[in-house]
Formats: sequence, C-alpha cells, structure tokens
Amino acid sequence: MASLKQFRLRIRSVQSTQKITKAMKMVAAAKLRRAQEAALAARPYATAMDRMMASLAGAMQGKAGAPRLLAGTGDDKVHLLVVATADRGLCGGFNSSIVREARRAVRTLLGEGKTVKILCVGRKGRDQLRRDYGSLIIDTISDLGRPRLGFADATTVAARIVELFDANEFDVATIFYNRFRSAISQIVTRQQIVPPAVPEQTAPAGAAPYEFEPDEETILKELLPRNLTVQVYRALLENAASEQGARMTAMDNATRNAGDMIRRLTLQMNRTRQAAITKELIEIISGAEAL
Amino acid sequence: MAKVAFSLVLPERELVTTDADMVVVPGGEGDFGVLPGHIPMITTVRPGVVELYDDNRVTARYVVAGGFAEVTPERCTLLAEEATPLGDVTADQLADRLRRAEEDFEDATAPAAKAAAEQAVTVARELQRAHAWYAGR
Repeated sequence: MASLKQFRLRIRSVQSTQKITKAMKMVAAAKLRRAQEAALAARPYATAMDRMMASLAGAMQGKAGAPRLLAGTGDDKVHLLVVATADRGLCGGFNSSIVREARRAVRTLLGEGKTVKILCVGRKGRDQLRRDYGSLIIDTISDLGRPRLGFADATTVAARIVELFDANEFDVATIFYNRFRSAISQIVTRQQIVPPAVPEQTAPAGAAPYEFEPDEETILKELLPRNLTVQVYRALLENAASEQGARMTAMDNATRNAGDMIRRLTLQMNRTRQAAITKELIEIISGAEAL
Repeated sequence: MAKVAFSLVLPERELVTTDADMVVVPGGEGDFGVLPGHIPMITTVRPGVVELYDDNRVTARYVVAGGFAEVTPERCTLLAEEATPLGDVTADQLADRLRRAEEDFEDATAPAAKAAAEQAVTVARELQRAHAWYAGR
C-alpha cells in the first residue's frame, strides 16, 4: 500500500497536469473563435471566385487553347498528394485522421500502378508519413500561420504547387484536410485542386453571358493560380478551425479525466489514512487491555 | 435613380460594400465606368485607383494592387489581393515599397522568384504613379 505522502505527491502532480490541460482548452477555445471568424470573412472572396471560374470555364468549354492548369496534362499517371496537417500535436485524432486517409489514398494509387508524390504542409503529417512513405515525400512546408494564418501563407503553398506543375512533376493534385463541422466533429476531406473541379454553372438559364476583357484565355491565365491559392487558403482555414476544435475537445476530455483521477486518488488516500488511524487505535486499545 | 451595388473583396475579408451612382475601375484594357445596367463583364484589373461617385462627386477612392472585376447590371464586384483607402496610403509608404521590391528583384536568383519580384516591382511602380496622380485631387 502506498504511503500517504506518495498519494499526496501523485494528487499534486495530476492537479498541475489538469491546470495545464484546462489552460490549453481555454486557449484553443479562443483561437477557435478567431479561426471561425477568419473562415467566415474569407467566404465572399471564394464565392465570387467560384462564380467567375464557373462562367469562364463554361465559356472555354469545347474551345482549344485552355491553359494547362485548367485542362490538366491529359494524363493521370503522377499524383501529388498535398497533406495539410497541424504543426503541433495534442489535438486528439486531428492529425492521425488526415494521415490515415492520405495513407489509404497512397495505397490505392500505388496499387493502380500510379506514381505518388507527397507534399506535406505541417510538421505532424510529415512525422507520421515519414515512417512508411518517406521516399515519396518531396517537400515539407511548415510553420505556416504564425502569428496568424493569412492569405500569404496560402500563396506560399500554391506557388510551390504551380512550380511543381510547371516543371511537369505531376498530373493530378489532391489536397487532404479536415473540414470543420463543429468543435467535436471534423470531417476528413480530399479535394482535387489540379485540374480544378469546376463548380457547376449556377447561373439561371437565360441570364446574359458575360463579356470578357481582354479575352477568356488571358483572364484564365491570371485567374487560375489565384483560384488555386483560394482553394488552398480555404483548406488551410478549415484546417485551422478544425485543429483548434479538436484540441479543445481533447483537452476538455483530458481535464475531465484528470478530475476523475484526483477524486479516485483522494478517496484512496482518505481510506489509507483512516486505516492507519484505526490500526493505531487498535494497537492502543489492545495494549491497554493487555495490562 | 438606380445604384450600383459595389463591393471590394479581399481574400481575408470584405473591405467595403456600398451603393454608388458610378464606379470607375482601372481595367486591364483601360479605365472604365460602371453605371447601373452595365453589360455583364469579367475583366482583369491593373494596379491603380478605384473611384466611387455619388451625386457627381467622388465619395471614396481605393488603391488596389490589381485583381479582377465582375460586373453585372446590378453589381460590381472587385476581387483584389490588396486594397486600401487612398487616404491611408502615403507617398513615402509606396516609395518604400518600391525600394524593397527593387531590392528583392536584385537579390532574386531563381527564375520563378525573379519573375515574381519583377511583377512586384511593376505593381509598386504603377501604384506610385496612380497615387501621385490622385493625391493632389
């Protein structure tokens, strides 16, 4: 049986852990709110961009000379998987769920005889993928979003992707991230970004078609890299919100578990103390009776 | 009189949404004015200054570093990666920006980085010119 002193030490250590997890939970909650606001504020740009992409792609349909970034290379031999995870852990299943999905995709693609290349965004994804698929990782981008995630961060990632595409390093690019549904539920999502999945034309029939100035091709050439950046930005924002949500939930659970543990230890400590007192009493009484 | 619903949208947030009688946009092919009932159009925007008119007077000016404009009979949506009210920008800031862009251009070695830096220099130069033109008005 552990001594009273050992119990007291144990309880104190669990208490300080609980303090840390509680603080982390509150920090995550504050960051989550900020991340959600950022995601909301970024929506108008993305919506307008989608609308323009849809009408441009519609206008380009069936015409020759569409930029490669829209039409693709016409092949799907080499796949680039962009795995967006967090730089830090302690956020429940956030990182592992993305990596699990990415692993499954790698296995399927390799099984179909395709070549796979991996671009890691975030340190945790690289750490987990390195073990099995280290040779496939071509680059890692980390330390994004410090102090806060901005459009410039997405530009860094998108520029790297475009650079690889221009160098004929891949045919199809897919990004893996966690879509934010609520603080307790994030959905692993895979989205093809090159060639882009063009949103269905939503303009009602009969609406006047757009005039393009200077012409569709020139605009597309400018628009496509930006559209890619917007897709990446959206994924990163969703990811940031998901990460904080997952961390909040994980730390809430940890705090509760620590509370349970403290209660259990306190009970055990009190029992031990009473047992010791009882033992001493018995010793005194039986000593007195023996006289 | 009908108005144009103007919005200037940045990737991170919506900078302005307002109604105006007329919007003058520095288009890639030259400046153009947008009045209600404009033909639907999508165009590129070069670095320059956007002006909003109400009652034949300019009510607001914004410095934009290029982007895209989507015009419909009712709306004029401007997508820009960077934009600021003209009054918030000083000539010194822009001169500083140009100097930094030029330094980056000198330092860049990789062809892709060189091209990007050259682009930044052009944008900075255009902005400076546009700013100088409008500052006195």
